Amino acid sequence: MEKFEQLHGVAAPLLRANVDTDAIIPSREMKRVSKQGLGEGLFAGWRYIGEGTREEAPAFVLNRPEYRGASIILSGPNFGCGSSREHAVWALREFGIRAIIAPGFGAIFANNCVRNGLLPLVLDASQIETIARWVEQNPAVNRVLIDLPAQRVTADGQHYAFDIEAGARQMLVEGLDAIALTQTRQPVIEAFHEARRRQRPWLY
Amino acid sequence: MAGQTLYDKLWHSHLVEQREDGSALIYIDRQLIHEVTSPQAFEGLRLAGRAPWRRDANLAVPDHNVPTERRERAGGVAAIEDPVSRLQVQTLDENCDEFELVKFDINDVRQGIVHVVGPEQGATLPGMTVVCGDSHTSTHGALGALAHGIGTSEVEHALATQTLIQQKMKNMLVRVDGKLQAGVSAKDVALAIIGKIGTAGGTGYAIEFGGQVVRDMSMEGRMTLCNMSIEAGARMGMVAVDDTTLEYVQGRPYAPQGEMWERAVSAWRNLHSDDDAQFDAVVTLQGEDIKPQVTWGTSPEMVLPVDGVLPDPAEIEDATQKAAVTRALEYMGLEAGSSISAIRPDRVFIGSCTNSRIEDLRAAAEVVRGHRVASSIKQALVVPGSGEVKKQAESEGLDKVFIEAGMEWREPGCSMCLAMNADKLGAGEHCASTSNRNFEGRQGFGGRTHLVSPAMAAAAAVAGHFVDVRNWEGAGQ
Repeated sequence: MEKFEQLHGVAAPLLRANVDTDAIIPSREMKRVSKQGLGEGLFAGWRYIGEGTREEAPAFVLNRPEYRGASIILSGPNFGCGSSREHAVWALREFGIRAIIAPGFGAIFANNCVRNGLLPLVLDASQIETIARWVEQNPAVNRVLIDLPAQRVTADGQHYAFDIEAGARQMLVEGLDAIALTQTRQPVIEAFHEARRRQRPWLY
Repeated sequence: MAGQTLYDKLWHSHLVEQREDGSALIYIDRQLIHEVTSPQAFEGLRLAGRAPWRRDANLAVPDHNVPTERRERAGGVAAIEDPVSRLQVQTLDENCDEFELVKFDINDVRQGIVHVVGPEQGATLPGMTVVCGDSHTSTHGALGALAHGIGTSEVEHALATQTLIQQKMKNMLVRVDGKLQAGVSAKDVALAIIGKIGTAGGTGYAIEFGGQVVRDMSMEGRMTLCNMSIEAGARMGMVAVDDTTLEYVQGRPYAPQGEMWERAVSAWRNLHSDDDAQFDAVVTLQGEDIKPQVTWGTSPEMVLPVDGVLPDPAEIEDATQKAAVTRALEYMGLEAGSSISAIRPDRVFIGSCTNSRIEDLRAAAEVVRGHRVASSIKQALVVPGSGEVKKQAESEGLDKVFIEAGMEWREPGCSMCLAMNADKLGAGEHCASTSNRNFEGRQGFGGRTHLVSPAMAAAAAVAGHFVDVRNWEGAGQ
């Protein structure tokens, strides 16, 4: 998995509450059996003018020229709520998004992010609002700096500290393969499994 | 030492190892698999040369993409008209064959929506950890299990290691006291809770549902309640084991039998929060106060009692909230200050992992019996949650009640809940739906969803607009 340490990028404000994973990738856009090709369906309901067309809706933030190449999204509370579809994360990554800054995230979405090198970063709504107002003055120039090991966002000369679970941070910074990591604990898992089989034989 | 909550007990009994960073390795008893979120997990296993660690812990069934029309369904997988839907179901079949996992085929009587099938088959049991690449896995918490949705990376992780890396949640008790009025169901309770705490109110918590209303609920009702935990932001919801649970589980195909049953029951009797357990948050509702609920907007928290009036953005101070309400009213094509009862659905959908069990179908049939669907309704679908539910409903003659009322009786599957199969809303159409999400476009591009109980959906189908089912002739019988 691609490591995440520092990111200095264009941030696109999508300041809505409850941006759900159906909005991030509608079900009609995720009907495939691979992880590839999902970026095109990202925010399809908002990004294109209708169903089945790829004609862009000019007002949607990611279609505006000044936000082309955005790698950060600034959003409202409960981003990524709803369906567990990891396709939402794959679509964001393929589109080029590396971090979402929001006051809160859907729990399954946040887990999925960490498994795919996408940083779910929590700041207060008022801080995000301040950053967004500054970015909007000149999006291409007023880029946002994220330093994950230092747990700090920098925008307009201001520093904003953020919290992240230690395990999630390590996974992102080191680009770890969670399965390989867990497999190093195989003997402990097997011992637990055997004990459980003895104690609760009706499960086996 | 303070007592433990049900969640604490389930957590500790599956704790393989506490990790230094504060997370933990949790053992998984059961993984349920469907065709949408599994192909990339199987592909990941193949690419890394890995195999499922404990094959018999897994159970697969196709549900999201299966056609529900009898004609298309009769031909099996090969006859699925949409090539991508067909590919997903075929891929599930091939992966299960290759990795030797148990799978119920598309036309097996045991096939159905994964969250209906698990409990129905006894494949999900009290005290288990249950995961599935689907957010509504919280449903299985109704059995006193620790059950939650996961992403595809975690599906692969659970297949390969029989564990997941988890953070322990905080404990929330949602207590519903008293009794429900006749005509008010578990769905109304779920929506009322979400209306009270909001769609992020449960974020970071495991919810336990308790109180007399929950104790009095059937297992079907408890599953509806736990199903919608995720719509309150909580990955998992659960209910303590009691006689209702045990009566439901006993005799199911995968449930323990004989001496094993007795041993299991004695362990399961401990699956409740201790009297002195401490919760980090407690939310209380009074059953008698809960009215039938209808969502009017594009988030489940945008919900009102059936006699409610839509909010006016001009009266909302908070800027984010004001923008959200304005946007939702515009998307839904509704006027601020108008009444819920003025909303006229174009279609009605009774089904989904929330409300497609036998009790749901009985409630809907009771309302439509002897009536006809209003002429303004373009389509009213009734989609049983599994082949077993369908068979049971037909043995009770419910299919005939629906058909005589002008409704369509379909084959089991996720159907119109999520617009992945042929059952969808057209742009601008309103739907009275017993599903769980009213997000923009959820039931089809431009579709407008109103979440309601099965009885409320059935009453709207007959009346042509939302009506208070408590006043329905025959309500409460």
